[in-house]
Amino acid sequence: MASLGKIARRGFLVGAAAVAGGVAFGTWRLRTPYPNPLAPGDGAAVLNPWVVVDGAGVTLITPRADKGQGAVQVQAALLAEELDVEPKAVRTAFGPAAPAYYNSVVVADGMPVAATDDGVIARLLREEVSAAAGKVFGMHVTGGSTTVPDAYETLRRAGAVARETLKRAAAARTGTAMADLRTEDGQVILPDGAALPYTELAAEAAEVEAPDFVPLRAPSAWRILGQPVERLDMAAKCTGTQTFGIDHRQPGMLHATVRTHPGWGAGAVSVESRAAERMRGVERVVEITGGVGVIADNTWRAMQAAEAVEIDWGPSPIAESTEAMWDDFAASFTEDRHDSRFKDEGDVDGALAGAEVLEAEYRVPFLAHAPLEPMNATVQVTGDRADIWTGTQIPRFVQDHVAGIVGIAADRVHVHNAMIGGSFGHRLEDLHVRQATELAMRVPGRPVKMTWTREEDMAHDYPRTMQLARMRGAVRAGRVEAFDLSIAAHSTFASQGPRWGVPASGPDVAIVAGAWDQPFAIPHYRVTGYRVPEGVPVSSWRSVGASGNAFLHDGFLDELIHAAGADPLEERLRLCRHEPSRRVLEAVGEMAGWDGPRPAEGRGRGVAYCLSFGVPTAEIVEVTETEEGLRIDAIYVAAEVGRVLDPVNLEAQMTGGALFGLGHAMFSELTFAGHRVEQRNYDGYRTLRLPQTPRIVETRALETTDEIRGIGEPPVPPAAPALANAIFAATGRRLREMPFAKSVRFA
Amino acid sequence: MRLTVNGTAHELDVEAEMPLLWVLRDELGLTGTKYGCGIAQCGACTVHLDGVAVRSCQTRAGDAEGAEITTIEGLGTPEAPHPVQAAWIETQVAQCGYCQPGQIMQAASFLAGTPEPTDDDIDAAMGGNLCRCATYPRLRAAVRDAAARLREG
Ligand code: FES
Ligand code: FES
Repeated sequence: MASLGKIARRGFLVGAAAVAGGVAFGTWRLRTPYPNPLAPGDGAAVLNPWVVVDGAGVTLITPRADKGQGAVQVQAALLAEELDVEPKAVRTAFGPAAPAYYNSVVVADGMPVAATDDGVIARLLREEVSAAAGKVFGMHVTGGSTTVPDAYETLRRAGAVARETLKRAAAARTGTAMADLRTEDGQVILPDGAALPYTELAAEAAEVEAPDFVPLRAPSAWRILGQPVERLDMAAKCTGTQTFGIDHRQPGMLHATVRTHPGWGAGAVSVESRAAERMRGVERVVEITGGVGVIADNTWRAMQAAEAVEIDWGPSPIAESTEAMWDDFAASFTEDRHDSRFKDEGDVDGALAGAEVLEAEYRVPFLAHAPLEPMNATVQVTGDRADIWTGTQIPRFVQDHVAGIVGIAADRVHVHNAMIGGSFGHRLEDLHVRQATELAMRVPGRPVKMTWTREEDMAHDYPRTMQLARMRGAVRAGRVEAFDLSIAAHSTFASQGPRWGVPASGPDVAIVAGAWDQPFAIPHYRVTGYRVPEGVPVSSWRSVGASGNAFLHDGFLDELIHAAGADPLEERLRLCRHEPSRRVLEAVGEMAGWDGPRPAEGRGRGVAYCLSFGVPTAEIVEVTETEEGLRIDAIYVAAEVGRVLDPVNLEAQMTGGALFGLGHAMFSELTFAGHRVEQRNYDGYRTLRLPQTPRIVETRALETTDEIRGIGEPPVPPAAPALANAIFAATGRRLREMPFAKSVRFA
Repeated sequence: MRLTVNGTAHELDVEAEMPLLWVLRDELGLTGTKYGCGIAQCGACTVHLDGVAVRSCQTRAGDAEGAEITTIEGLGTPEAPHPVQAAWIETQVAQCGYCQPGQIMQAASFLAGTPEPTDDDIDAAMGGNLCRCATYPRLRAAVRDAAARLREG
């Protein structure tokens, strides 16, 4: 990663600042581009917020954080495709925190518009309002599988504009007509074959005016996109030379850790730190918001000293135990807590009144993100300037929060984004950065790297909300006739929004996402959301609402299909009113040989489907009962992605997402006792390991629509119901509560 | 205290009970070895002591005196990767990559003793190394590929 220190100056607009957003907005104000946050160093041309050319080479700015999903790779490839450079020959750098990098797609998924709804209003809401809102808030956010759809137009256009600008510079220098110039491998080629490297044209390119509009190349002309390529970070990540935020070093840096209220309380009632202060290497023990921090000369010494501080914690604002929380959830199906009813078709009450009603209750636990790299941040506060080195999905919010804590202007806070060792949504929070800032302010001028212990991390994970659902349904003549699903959950956005400084109002779509918006034509069909007042602070967890709702929706749908005596795949296909979704269901059936011989005794297979983040995804799981317990033999995953930009990485995301969903469904939960999280490390918080990973994992990406979508999240939701449905098929036991290891033994 | 890391001897003034992990990371600046759990549950901190994989978060620095300590940086480099690293790069295993140094150190030590592993051997040997990104299918494939590379020399 190149350092952006020299070129990052907010508000400095260079001549060639063609912010080719490529997004059409309804009003002039929203069209106005944000100022280019990059300012050139000596002899460098900043062609737009994404492309910097200087004497040393080309740097592509990749504003979306990389949490391991290969975001740098795909952003670089999108830029390189139009710019005519080889991705391996350019540098990449994360952009500074800046509104120019606003995410136009991330807001769309918070709107009550089904992805299958192609009506004018739906499109307007999704594209115009969301893009505009993303822009107004300057939502420089990585999340919601939005990197690819957001970047698809924007970055290719940025590459194209930069290329044409460089050609204009070459035309001006040589007096050649634009039409006679072409570009190749980082150079402008003249008619006589002479080559002018972009690096040599940098200074002149900064002076010429960039074209307003450059048409994009047709996918058939692509050389980079769609081809299998080695990820830019692969060799570094396999040789220990990739540095993550936790590996950051600054001259004179101190190491630190914190211990804060394990039950989310305001802080300590009393602190006895004299023994800790005398421990070797300890520089300072300080009180911070929520608890104490230790600054030392080594992380382990800081952790040892933090452990030695005697603390009486004050009261906790959260309920005493998981049992008490379930009681509150169970009491939430009231008028008072009604949040939404986006789906209400037919006459559900009438249909159920005369029928034999199938009833069920399902439970989904709190889940931690628990990425393998614990939260950390390095902060240096010098006078009226703060520098932050951390891997974050929300650089703009970090900037504002740090500015508020230090008491300086936001543009005096420099966020240097780092490679992230997994996130799954945790890096949408910044508590650790705020804590590190408080510590750094105690030692002005000195960089402090604050690292959470795994125990601190698990206790402050901002988990995915629990969910409790009640369902009723009926079948008639071998078909699913009525389906009534009520979901009680905390509102992710009501909890997370205020921490971001983004107002939360109206119903929270996440409570019912992945359930209310499924394209099934059930004659009497209703999905209602109830909001349980937030206790434990919750946040977005890979695939957010759909992560649990697919289990609630598809698990119960499977129950009804079995009650109807229908074939699970055929009945889903019969009910499905969305062609791309039908194609993924058919594809996954073909992959798993659904039409072939039925599984033998003791074996079972389950199919599940979920539409989330605009991506219809279907999965089939196969299980076998063995002496050692249930063995998962295979998982098949099919998804409609519109267009495959990076096939190797796409397969990794589809596989990783499905296994992530599977592993949590099998093993994972966070529970509370005495107002505290009970699982403080990976011994208590069990997740998937190699021996439980099915030997057969197959994926297929369909490209039958023109909707470009990200694939980081959609494979997660269907895995849990596919497994539950397979277990039912194999054993006759219907599992209605996750994790399934509470009810069955896995081999 | 005198520790030999990747062939280089270092004079260090650290407590004997400081875990080797933190000596490597904070005292020697060898940050390829990762902290994930601190309690031998994730394997991110795996290094070799005389060629044998150990969890450096559970290894006292004092106990590593006199041993040849090898970290991911000493196994191979981007220019000259160890066969296990080459297999990992070819198979494109890493997603976030945070667990991979530990996975690779575990696999290198395992394959040195088990040159022709079965899938069950691989699962058992690698079961203590957590990957939250669930790169497991490629991990399995990469271990098999690495075994073949090592056999061919
Ligand atoms: S950090 Fe040593 S095993 Fe996890
Ligand atoms: S690649 Fe992310 S934890 Fe393994």
